Amino acid sequence: MSVQLWTYIIIGLTFALYIFIAIKSRANSTKEFYIAGGDVSPLANGMATAADWMSAASFISMAGIIAFSGYDGSVYLMGWTGGYVLLALLLAPYLRKFGKFTVPDFIGDRYYSQSARIVAVLCALIVSFTYVAGQMRGVGIVFSRFLEVDINTGVYIGMAIVLFYAVLGGMKGITYTQVAQYCVLIFAFMVPAFYISFQMTGNPIPQLGMGSTLNDGSGQYLLEKLNGLSKELGFSAYTQGNRPIIDILAITFALMVGTAGLPHVIVRFFTVKRMRDARKSVGLALLFIALLYATAPAISVFSKMNLIETVSNKPYNKMPKWFKNWEKTGLIEFTDKNNDGTIQYLADNNKNELRIDNDIMVLANPEIAQLPAWVIALVAAGGLAAALSTAAGLLLVISTSVSNDLVKKVINPTISEKNELWTARISASVAVLIAGYFGIHPPGFVAAVVALAFGLAAASLFPAIVLGIFSKRVNKPGAISGMVVGILFMLYYMIKFKLGWFGEIPPKGDWWFGISPEGFGTVAMMMNFIVSISVSYLTSKPPKEIVEMVERIRVPEGF
Amino acid sequence: MDSKKIKIAKLYWKKNLQYLFILLSIWALASFGAGIIWKEWLDQFYLYGFPLGFWFAQQGSIYIFVVLIFVYVRLMNRLDDSILENLDNTNN
Repeated sequence: MSVQLWTYIIIGLTFALYIFIAIKSRANSTKEFYIAGGDVSPLANGMATAADWMSAASFISMAGIIAFSGYDGSVYLMGWTGGYVLLALLLAPYLRKFGKFTVPDFIGDRYYSQSARIVAVLCALIVSFTYVAGQMRGVGIVFSRFLEVDINTGVYIGMAIVLFYAVLGGMKGITYTQVAQYCVLIFAFMVPAFYISFQMTGNPIPQLGMGSTLNDGSGQYLLEKLNGLSKELGFSAYTQGNRPIIDILAITFALMVGTAGLPHVIVRFFTVKRMRDARKSVGLALLFIALLYATAPAISVFSKMNLIETVSNKPYNKMPKWFKNWEKTGLIEFTDKNNDGTIQYLADNNKNELRIDNDIMVLANPEIAQLPAWVIALVAAGGLAAALSTAAGLLLVISTSVSNDLVKKVINPTISEKNELWTARISASVAVLIAGYFGIHPPGFVAAVVALAFGLAAASLFPAIVLGIFSKRVNKPGAISGMVVGILFMLYYMIKFKLGWFGEIPPKGDWWFGISPEGFGTVAMMMNFIVSISVSYLTSKPPKEIVEMVERIRVPEGF
Repeated sequence: MDSKKIKIAKLYWKKNLQYLFILLSIWALASFGAGIIWKEWLDQFYLYGFPLGFWFAQQGSIYIFVVLIFVYVRLMNRLDDSILENLDNTNN
């Protein structure tokens, strides 16, 4: 059977499964729509969180980014997993005990203020929209690449599917589809990894294969050989970095704190029953995530090695079929600068003749390793599962922010349950349309901004939540001024140094403390903490019932 | 809350903060320490084919994070059980 036929079969089957689950688990109340009724098992929630969290970027792009940046790519590995430790230890159990539906619910109640609630809603919306815009584009790209339709058609198909199960099923629907999507995506990611690890090193476990000797009888370690080859071609050694330590620290920290502050991740832990379930569920979520995250750097090493050996100084007309296939999509470009008919892949931009897109490392892997057609189709289904599950999770947070945090809590508190559920469904539909619009007309800054969504979450929501739990003294004016200062500083830095809306983008030498925009969330977060605490101590204590509320969320159920 | 209950709650929170302090220190040492600050120095040692600092940055820190959460889950479950039991004894 051809790859194309396999792709249609596997994608068709997985989509039928998602839709079947969505119909089986329709939401009938706002509690089911917002938090899946609040009785999801820690295991199911862990899998759903992992699928929600791992987007098309984690599945398709991350291994490639690491392959081309070597040690510097570690910021993503540590940053996007380390945040779960903060989530388990500092946030999830207490927010579960607090027991409402959203992050703005907590901030509004804890800081006894509608203004605080509205600031939190705005922060949550800014963070979620920057994030979802990139996802819909990702859905479109994956569809177009594997089903050979154009990107816009891909976005429409993706919108229709997400609309169907997010609007119908709410949190309950997406939770159980995400469980299925996790299974699909992890299977699709691991199968080629096992194959390739075994081919190159004789050890099928990629995490061990990465540190093993090559299978070619030379007895040389894989990493040692890759370091040598990289240096020969003028790159720095693979296991060495180029970025300054201060920036690596700042980016890693901002990604960790941002992960813990992302509303669509936090809200997942409102769906389990008790505090202890919330802790355990974060642990399981990280275990499921770690499976992919510890495999990705191994794939980076294998595929970088494969790539260099296949192309470097080899005649262009002897390239294997996959090379020509991916050339057609524009993901590989070869320009024979010195007209010798041979491919020079070098660090020096004037002599380098090959441009390779990050994404190819995962997408072309099965072809490079000559795996069977069904494995290639499986990777397509995995990429779609990753993109759809994340998009659905984000859209749900957006619709909840509108129907629960704005309409129910601010604009019309007497709204009936039935009407609120309708509001939630309508706002989910509107959010899908907006996200789809961004997917079809991507503003040039989307790609640049997605990475910064973490900085925004770190600078605004994380400090307000942590202080709300761990301090009884931080009050309304403190929290509001902290969030406002944090998010404005982050926006300012990102607009100035990343988007260049204030005229030309200043050179790296002008960065504050040598910290890149991606890492600035760390600085903005610290400003938020300092402002929140100082303003709180200069103003009056929070009321007695708030202090009691904090005491209540700190102890386990039944105390 | 009566005074006995307040006292138990305070002790519970203090114990929790101690766990947090220890576990978050390990969290920071594994990632920011071994994976970044001391990476260069650790790279002189090898774990199979891995330079050690590089291994911490791309593998070790992730495993340590997973273990840390499950250790915390265990510690807190035990602590929760013990204060709930304590509370029962007070009521009887």
